[in-house]
Amino acid sequence: MQNQILYVWYLLTAVTILAALLVVLAKNPIHSVLSLVVTFFCLSAHYVLLNAQFLAVVNIIVYAGAIMVLFLFVIMFLNLREYTEETKSNFAKLGAAVVGGVTLVAIIAALKKVQYPMPMRYDVRTGFVETLGEVLFRDYLLPFELVTVLFFVAMVGAVMLGKREKGERHF
Amino acid sequence: MIPEVVQRIPLQYYIFFASALFVIGIVGVLTRRNAIIIFMSVELMLNAVNLLLIAFSTYRSDPNGQVFVFFIMAVAAAEVAVGLAIIVMIYRNVRSVDIGLLNKLKW
Repeated sequence: MQNQILYVWYLLTAVTILAALLVVLAKNPIHSVLSLVVTFFCLSAHYVLLNAQFLAVVNIIVYAGAIMVLFLFVIMFLNLREYTEETKSNFAKLGAAVVGGVTLVAIIAALKKVQYPMPMRYDVRTGFVETLGEVLFRDYLLPFELVTVLFFVAMVGAVMLGKREKGERHF
Repeated sequence: MIPEVVQRIPLQYYIFFASALFVIGIVGVLTRRNAIIIFMSVELMLNAVNLLLIAFSTYRSDPNGQVFVFFIMAVAAAEVAVGLAIIVMIYRNVRSVDIGLLNKLKW
C-alpha cells in the first residue's frame, strides 16, 4: 500500500514517454496529434500528483483542448492524411539521434549529484487557485495585462496571414 | 501535510523525466520534414519545461514558478495561432508542408 504512489508515478511517466516517442515516430500526422493529446493528459495527471490543480485544469483546457484542436483542424484542413515520403536521409537521422543522446547524457550527468534542500516552511496550498490568483494579480498584474495585448496582436497576425491575397493561387 | 509524491519521489527523477521529454522534442525537430510535426515537437519541448517548472515550484513551495507556467501557456497559445497560420499560408503557396522544399532562405 505504501508504494502505490510510486507505481502510479512510474506508470504515468512510462506512458508519457511512450506517447511522446510516438509523436515523433508516427508516420501519419493524425496519429502524432492524438499521441500528443495523450502526452498532455498524462502531464496533467502529473500536475495533479504535484498538487498543482489549477495548472492541471488549464493544461487540459488550453493544450489538450484549444491547441490540439487547432492542430487537428489544420491537418484535416490541409488533407495531409496520405503521408508523403519523408525525404530526410538516414545519415541526418543518425546525427539527430546522436545529438539527442549526447544532450540527454550531458544534462543528466550535470544534474545527477545536485542536492535540493526542502524549504523550511512547506505550504500545501502552493498550487491552489487562491494562492496563484493572489500572486498573479498582485505581483504579476502588468505581465497579465500585457498578455491581452499579445493575444490581440496574435489574433490580428493570424487573420492577416490567413487572408487570401489577390492574384494568389486558389485552393 | 506534504504531498506524497514530494516525500517519495526525489526531484532528480523529474529532471530526468523532463530532460527525456525535451530530448525527444529535439530529435523530432531534427528528424522530421513535416512542418506541423516539427511544430508539435516544439510544443513537446515547451511542456517539458512546464513540467520542470511546476515540479520545482511544488518542491520549493513557491507559487511564482506556477505563475510563470501560466504565462508560458498563454504565449504558447498565441504562438500556435500565428504559426499554424504561417503553415497554412505556406501550404497555399507551395502545396506542401515539407520543409525541404522551403530552401529559398538558405545561405
